This record gives sequence, structure tokens and C-alpha cells, in this order.
Amino acid sequence: MSVIQLSKVSKRFGGQEVLSALSLSVRQGEFFTILGPSGCGKTTVLRLIAGFEQPDEGHIKLEQTEISKTRAEFRPVNTVFQSYALFPHMNVFENVAFGLKMAKVPKAEIRGRVEEALAMVQLKDFSDRRPDQLSGGQKQRVAIARAVVNKPKVLLLDECLSALDYKLRRQMQIELKQLQRQLGITFIYVTHDQEEALSMSDRVLVMHKGSVQQIGTPREIYEAPSNLFVAQFIGEINVFEGLVEAELPDYSYRVRLAHGGVREVRSDFRFAQGEAVHILLRPEDLRIHYPRTGESPPGFQGKVIERNYTGKTLDSLIQLESGQQLRASEFFDENDPDFDYRINESVWVDWVHGWEHVIPQRPTEHA
Amino acid sequence: MLRTACVHLRSPLFSRTLIAITLSWLGIFVLTPHLLVMMTSVLTPDTTNFAVWPLTFEAYTRLWEPLYATVFLDSLYLSVTATLFCLLLGYPFAYLLSRLGPVWRNVLLFLMIVPFWTNSLIRTYALKLLMGNRGLFNDLLMGLGLIDSPIQMLYSGFAVTFGLVYILFPFMVLPLISSFDNLDKTLLEAARDLGASAAQRFWRIIVPLTMPGIIAGCLIVFLPAMGMFYVADLLGGARNLLLGNLIKNQFLVMRDWPFGSALSVTLILMMFLMLAVYARANRRIQRKGGLDDANFA
Repeated sequence: MSVIQLSKVSKRFGGQEVLSALSLSVRQGEFFTILGPSGCGKTTVLRLIAGFEQPDEGHIKLEQTEISKTRAEFRPVNTVFQSYALFPHMNVFENVAFGLKMAKVPKAEIRGRVEEALAMVQLKDFSDRRPDQLSGGQKQRVAIARAVVNKPKVLLLDECLSALDYKLRRQMQIELKQLQRQLGITFIYVTHDQEEALSMSDRVLVMHKGSVQQIGTPREIYEAPSNLFVAQFIGEINVFEGLVEAELPDYSYRVRLAHGGVREVRSDFRFAQGEAVHILLRPEDLRIHYPRTGESPPGFQGKVIERNYTGKTLDSLIQLESGQQLRASEFFDENDPDFDYRINESVWVDWVHGWEHVIPQRPTEHA
Repeated sequence: MLRTACVHLRSPLFSRTLIAITLSWLGIFVLTPHLLVMMTSVLTPDTTNFAVWPLTFEAYTRLWEPLYATVFLDSLYLSVTATLFCLLLGYPFAYLLSRLGPVWRNVLLFLMIVPFWTNSLIRTYALKLLMGNRGLFNDLLMGLGLIDSPIQMLYSGFAVTFGLVYILFPFMVLPLISSFDNLDKTLLEAARDLGASAAQRFWRIIVPLTMPGIIAGCLIVFLPAMGMFYVADLLGGARNLLLGNLIKNQFLVMRDWPFGSALSVTLILMMFLMLAVYARANRRIQRKGGLDDANFA
């Protein structure tokens, strides 16, 4: 069941269109992430749901009730702000109690609920601290406690981990996810960090220039991007251009690649003969062979122009004869822990048939 | 303090000269007169020589006479009223300014500051003309048909308060604007998000967080208001005296310099007391980020 539904929502700021006819539907109890580069309008979506902005066109529904005219203070949603926005003149307890106080919850109940919320974010002993006496991570937790203590129908989180350092951010990601499962509250999380989006979300919406590019599970977004923007925004990807030569049985096509050679590919998309396509391959899906003298393995010949050791993978940049550069990422395997490339070493690049993802070059409608 | 100041300036000679000039200026024009006033306050009054030996604390005992208590209370009443009106008018004005774009904000600030280029004594005379029985205010009200005969505005507590508010208004607004500028607007969104109505946001977020500006503004208005004798002289009646009038009269009319000095010392001590209270409150606000919620709930 959908808890939040936006239909054809548009928003302009001073003549500039920030959202154009955007529709989305968030299901009850899911961890929904809005992902996009800065300026794509993702924060505006959050502010529309929170009630800080009103849509110019379109409808916002909360559990089938139209709320686009409801004032922010009356909406049963709460926000965790990017800057945390803790009240500096109140201690941790008063901060967390604020929403309950406004809702005129009896004093005794407030105490219990605030303590429970603080225990949940592991800040039981910090009730008397002022915000300026807390570290970034602790402020973050207070901000979360202050929002969830009100038992909102939806919790909105605005890039709220971006101010933390890497390690703490990873830890808070796990805690947020656990908290979300434990509470069963719908989370709508806004971020520009694709790694964060993939690791935490049940579903991800990829946004660009005020419109939806793709909505799907992290796996769908990563493995089957619906267009080139999504493919290139999420992780790294190699793109081959090609033309469909012939349709083969079993969703397969014969494609002539722009830089030479013909490949058989599979795709969920339907293509016409002669249609231009992109063949997408993640760096970890490429296979690299060392040619023995005289041998000519399948794939494309190239040479290694850069190699980076990252700990668990060896990432290399390979330049094909056509000049195109490919990124490859290989995991070390037990049999060959010292495996490495020499710069300028000749290699053959290939991929396992069926691991490619083929999309049309023409603009696609998102699902 | 001085040593660190020296370290930060490039040439020690230059900085020392600057400091020496500043210190001697302060010494000659601030410290010495104050010491003289303090000394005079414990001398014996004399009609020809103003003040003579021996030392006596008579001037300070006279402060407790009921007559002066009345003057003091009247003066306090006028100054407090003026301060409150400045706050009531200045607070929304400062709030408005802080929300305007830079252009309008500067225009309004400029308009508020412009009258300052004219001496406040001259402006008080102008006010007297406006408020007279045949002045512009009465003419306007009669012209509009709101009143049949002129209202007696001058020579009243109202006129003095009006004059004080008019002259001191910017002193209230400036510290308030800086307080409003420091107020993080997302805090108001957060409060809204947590269900606070406009009134609740005002009393629980805006007021406590602008408290340093409120206190600073009130002090900078209240303290000078007590001493602005010419406003009471020109606009007030016989009963609308400020502490400043009393002091002026002791020096120029009664020729009782020791008593005038004792009054001045009292006023100075009051200022120090209030500044100390302000400093304490400010430290508290900075340490805790604001005053206690309970005090303003």
C-alpha cells in the first residue's frame, strides 16, 4: 500500500522549473531513497512532502488523503535536517521532547517516550547535554530521536549523513537501516551518494533535472539502468556504441560495434533493425586475458595504461586499439594473490555472453 | 590583552604609539572627569567655590530623602516606558529587516540612520514644534476631523516618552537585527515540522534565541534614557523629570556640585550593575546557547 503518493507535481522557483510533472509512490514501511546530483530537485521533493513548499501543480497524498494544502505543522511526517537543526537553547531531552510537548502529550508519557527514543539511539546518558556539547554523530542521533519520538507516518531524511566522516557515516548507515526495520516507519532518504543509496534502500529513485530517471530496487538500478544517465551516475560503467544488425531468437540481437567487431547480445528491450544501442558493462563484468603468442582470444585487443591497487580489487584502465578507454575491476583470487599488470602490457578484453546490459540510444520512458 | 595586541601588530613602535594615544585619551577625557566627579561627591557644597573641604558623605545621605525617591521613580517610569515602546516597535521592525532582501534592508536602515546626522537636541526642538497646540500633529488631527480642539500634547509624560522613543529607537533596532541575522531559519522549519504553531515558534524559538539582542537593546536604550535631560526639559512638564534633569539642576541651578556629583555616581553605578547583569546573562546564553526554556514558556 502506498503511504506517500506524488502525482504530476511541478514546482518552479522564480520561473525556473525545479520539478516537472514528477510522480512517485512510496510504499508503507519501505526505505525509499531519492538519489541524484546536487540541484536535481531531490531536496525540493522532500520539502514538498514535509510541507515547507507548496506544489505549483499536482497532488500529494498521504494514505489517500490530499495533503498539499495542509500546513507543515499539521502533517504527520517528521524531518531530519541536513544541518540537524537542533534547538541550541534546549538540552537533548528538551529537544527530543519538543514535538510531544507541542502535541500536548501528558508530561509523564513524554518522559517515558523521550527516554525510550534516546535509548534507541544510544544516548541515554546525554539528556542534560546542550547541542554544542555533542559530536557530529551524537547530534545526528538526537536529530533522529527528535523526529522518530513523534511516531511519524513517514520520516524524511535530508542528506543527513553527509556531514559525518567516512567511518562514522558507514556506521550510521547500518544503524539507520536497523532503526528503520525496528520501527517499521517509512523512511524517505535523500542523498547524492550512490553507494549509500544502494546499501540502505529497499527502492531507489534516480532523479536528474527535476524528473524521474528510474525507480527500482538497488539491484535493478545497478544491473539494469534504464538509461545512460542512470548507468553513469550509479557506479562506473563502460559504454560501447553499436547498431542492431539482426534480431535473433531468445531476446538476442546481433550488434555491430562502432569500433569494429560484431557481438551477440541479450536485452529486455525490444529493438528494430538498424537501431542505435548502448552496450553497458560494469568494470567487474569485464574479463581480461593475457594473449599467448600467436593466439587470438575473443574480444578486443588493448593495452593497460593504468593500474590501481585498492585492497580487494585490482582496477585497471585499458585502452583499446580504437582509442576507447575501459575500466576493469578484478578481484584477487586465492591462486594468484600477487597478480598484477605491467603498464603497456597487451591484453584482450571480453565479457561473458549475457552479462551485458543493452539499452536504446533514443530517450526512454521510465517504468 | 595589551601584550597579545602588540604581538599581532607588525611594528611594535607603531602599535605602542597607537595604544599610548588611546590610553592617554581615555585617561584625560574619561578617567579624570570620573575621578573628579567621584571626589566632588564627597566634598562640602559651597555657593562661591562650588565644593570645599571637609570630606562628608552628606550628599549620599540626602539621596534617601523621599523627594528624590519620587524623582527617581518618575524618571525610572519614563525610561522603562520608553524602553518598552522601543522594544515593541523595534522587535517587529528588526524581524522585518532581517527577512527583507539586501536592497530593501539597506534602504530602510539608511532611512533610520539619516536623522542621526542631525543633532538630537535640534530634533527635539523640531518635535516640540510638531507637538505644539498649533503644531503639525494637531493640525493634521483637526484637519481629518478626528478632534475639534487641539490636544495638549507637550509638557506631559507622553511627550517625554515619545521624544525618548524617537531618539533612541535605532539603538534598540541595531542589536536586534544582528540577533535576528544569527537566528538559523531552519530552526523555525524544524519547530514547524515538530508541530509548533506560529505563536509557539515565536515564544519558544524566536524570543529565547534573540534574547541577547533584546537585553542589549534594552540596556542601550534604558541607560541613556535616564540621562536625556534636554528631552524632559523641552517636552516635559514640571513633574516629568529624568535623573539627568535632577543632576543638571544641581549643577546649574542649585549650585550644589557635591549632590549633583553624588547623583551622577549613583547613575554610573546603576549602569555598571546592569552591564554586569548583562554580561552574566550573555555568558549564560553563550554557554547554554540560550536562556532556560522555563523562563519564557
